[in-house]
Amino acid sequence: MSERRVVITGLGPVTPIGIGTESFWAALLEGRSGIRQIETFDPSRFDSRIAGAVEDAKVADYVPKSYRKASKIMARDIVLAVIAAHQAATDAGLKTKCLIDRGEADGEPNIDSRRFGANIGAGLICADLHELAEALATAGVDGTFSMAKWGNEGMNTLTPLWLLKFLPNMLACHVTIVHQAYGPSNTITCGEASSHLAIGEAFRTIAGNTADVCICGGAESKLSPMALMRQSLGKRLSQRNDTPETAVRPFAADRDGSAVSEGGGLVILESLDHAKKRGARIYAELVGFGASNDAHSPGQPSQPHPEGRGVAVAMKKALRDAGLTPGDISLAAAAAAGLREHDLSEAKAFQTVFGERVSELPVMSIKGAVGNNGAGSGAIDFIAAILALYHRTIPSTINSQSPDPACGLRVVTNGPIDANIEAAISTSYALGGGQNAALVIRRYAE
Amino acid sequence: MNRRVVITGMGWVTPLGTEIEAVWQRLLKGDSGINLITIFDARTYPTTFAAEVTDFNLRDFLGDHHAAHQTCSRNAGFALAAAEMAWRSAGFTNGSQVDPEMVGVYLGAGEGPIDFDNFAAAALAGWDPEERNLNTKRWAEVAYERLDAVREFEQDPNCAAGHIACRFNAQGPNLNTLTACAASTQALGEASRLIRRGDADVMISGGAHSMIHPLGVTGFNRLTALSERNDEFASASRPFDVTRDGFVLGEGAGILILEEYELAKQRGAKILAEIIGYGSTADAFRVTDMHEGGRGATAAMQAALADAGVEPSDIDYISAHGTSTEENDKIESLAIGQVFGERARNVPVSSVKSMFGHLIAGAGAVELITCVLAIRDGIIPPTTNYKHPDPNCPLDYVPNKPRQAMLKTVLSNSFGFGGQNDTIVVRAPEA
Repeated sequence: MSERRVVITGLGPVTPIGIGTESFWAALLEGRSGIRQIETFDPSRFDSRIAGAVEDAKVADYVPKSYRKASKIMARDIVLAVIAAHQAATDAGLKTKCLIDRGEADGEPNIDSRRFGANIGAGLICADLHELAEALATAGVDGTFSMAKWGNEGMNTLTPLWLLKFLPNMLACHVTIVHQAYGPSNTITCGEASSHLAIGEAFRTIAGNTADVCICGGAESKLSPMALMRQSLGKRLSQRNDTPETAVRPFAADRDGSAVSEGGGLVILESLDHAKKRGARIYAELVGFGASNDAHSPGQPSQPHPEGRGVAVAMKKALRDAGLTPGDISLAAAAAAGLREHDLSEAKAFQTVFGERVSELPVMSIKGAVGNNGAGSGAIDFIAAILALYHRTIPSTINSQSPDPACGLRVVTNGPIDANIEAAISTSYALGGGQNAALVIRRYAE
Repeated sequence: MNRRVVITGMGWVTPLGTEIEAVWQRLLKGDSGINLITIFDARTYPTTFAAEVTDFNLRDFLGDHHAAHQTCSRNAGFALAAAEMAWRSAGFTNGSQVDPEMVGVYLGAGEGPIDFDNFAAAALAGWDPEERNLNTKRWAEVAYERLDAVREFEQDPNCAAGHIACRFNAQGPNLNTLTACAASTQALGEASRLIRRGDADVMISGGAHSMIHPLGVTGFNRLTALSERNDEFASASRPFDVTRDGFVLGEGAGILILEEYELAKQRGAKILAEIIGYGSTADAFRVTDMHEGGRGATAAMQAALADAGVEPSDIDYISAHGTSTEENDKIESLAIGQVFGERARNVPVSSVKSMFGHLIAGAGAVELITCVLAIRDGIIPPTTNYKHPDPNCPLDYVPNKPRQAMLKTVLSNSFGFGGQNDTIVVRAPEA
């Protein structure tokens, strides 16, 4: 149904195994894991004490000098998005205001700000617990919090702009300011499905001719005491604390949960005409998008639809949208976070959609390497799928040498393997809330 | 593909009540939904008042379905109740009139209120005043004990959309946008696009929010965005009046059923209005301020008009974002002037935030409902508490009294913190 063809011209992964396309892809090919024991705070009282951190992520290295000050009001989630935006724009060869001001691009912008949109998935950004606890403690009376004291004086210890650090739309806000994108802008907050939904909606925005270029994807940090606590209470995390690098095991028989992480990814989508006109490198064409809800069990954090109904609906819709059949797909990049029930549910969705052919379909998941950051996870998965298609190479799904027969999938564990991928599907689902989305990409041809 | 999108059902939960007609009459009378905060003890806060939803019991709306949704957060409960009313008013039953995979949900719902008492208790236990540091071990001990898995999970902003999908077996596209105060206008605009392009036939769309909790009010008080007129709270929300001193926090939800025109006709649904245009832009200016020249707001209105294929001269009424903050009211007026030119002073503009307060993510949805009712009845709801004109706001704000007018085409604005601008254009149903 898409009126205009849409291609992917820039990738900006920000992950525990590398920032930027080259280092991220190299790490995937090496099969390196970014999951370590938590060092940024004392995790000793938590059941799960491992996480994927993004190292050397300083926002000052990715924004114009004049914008460095703004980092004071950026939650970690925002920092990750701003870095991803820089990486994606650079990778695409876009001359945005940010890159020109930084001296990384010459001349005039090669993009009309009014036709440049953003759609960025974000999580429920956790307030900085250290900052908030310090403030709340000023309202303690004999060890108990006093609302009266808080209202009178305690709250004044918070910086006036405190709230602005934690609004989910601040990822898109900072990114659009830094790169001067005045076009359609949106922020999708649907847990782990956020990135796919944001990318899919941006795809429609360009196809429907409301923008020529969109920066889209998502970012989140779950590497904080509060986020770790919420995931722990939901019983979503691996307790293989002594072997973090091999803890997360997508589709494996012995999987026992995910690991929190931080990260994100933004990609540059562009109308084919716009990309051709400026001679951009084209990684792949985005040809299909489908979204759905399980309509099954909200309020049950750890229970997906037992048959993967919603994921199957999203995949079927995306394939129909692409004008492809399951037989045309030569790679599935699964969301598979390494959770017992969720992985099984997703596997059943693949079984439903691909039927008997499912045992032949190569499946990959990168969660063993990057963990689960929430809203940015899907974008990282999607970037991995794009790179696999572009480089005709499927990286190993690490830690999953003992596949779960109940899942019944052909998980690629002996990679990297050569594969002439013509079309690939990338799936995602929120770990609670029932949202699902799938994207289909195809090797670009005239 | 040229599919038309119509509104066939509406429901809301507001500080002035939950029944469409009763609340509408109160708006036309100029009633204020603002009172002292009762949700928590705000007596020492700079702002002690808000527009709360009172006497709300989700069970009254969900009946037998309540048990499945009883863990939901305050704002998701508002959304569910409003959706229940909207779904029913659209004439849908639980039968199979529509393919469930073509029924979607697109909300601009906020996060659920934080579990503040337990959160604060853990924070105090974990804070080490001597080290000036958070002892995460001690914090975690208390947090494990006091925080509840489901209650934490239900704070996620996608939960309201999940609950609604579950309640109405809506297996189609399901999204939540959280673009601050613009969120539900954005959701409705995006949902209309989904139907237009064929991704869904029916969308349950709108928004819900409650930030009337200790940290919500703290955040806005620190930004000095809220009115602090504690001695005159009922009339504290004064959009476009020169004495305004900030917005008044409200809470609630508005949900509309959007439907593909042919389907609505085919099943004999009553068509309330048609969504004909939508525009979304970013100021891309500053995190803290709107663009001084109203760049993004102007562009959003222009984009919506172009999308609708109408001229500024076709617009009979503007439902303003009108927050009662100096910056918004001035820049929105400026932007309207830029879009409408000389005619700007002749287009009635009003803000029901003067009565509802500001529902944040939920604001645009309840305001769009008022637009539909205004079209239906040929009457414009007033901007109340408007006594002292502001030279920077030179438009016709329909002060204090409703006004009869033939309304065919109406424009509704929502602008969010961080420079997010969204505009929707709705039109009267064909006679």
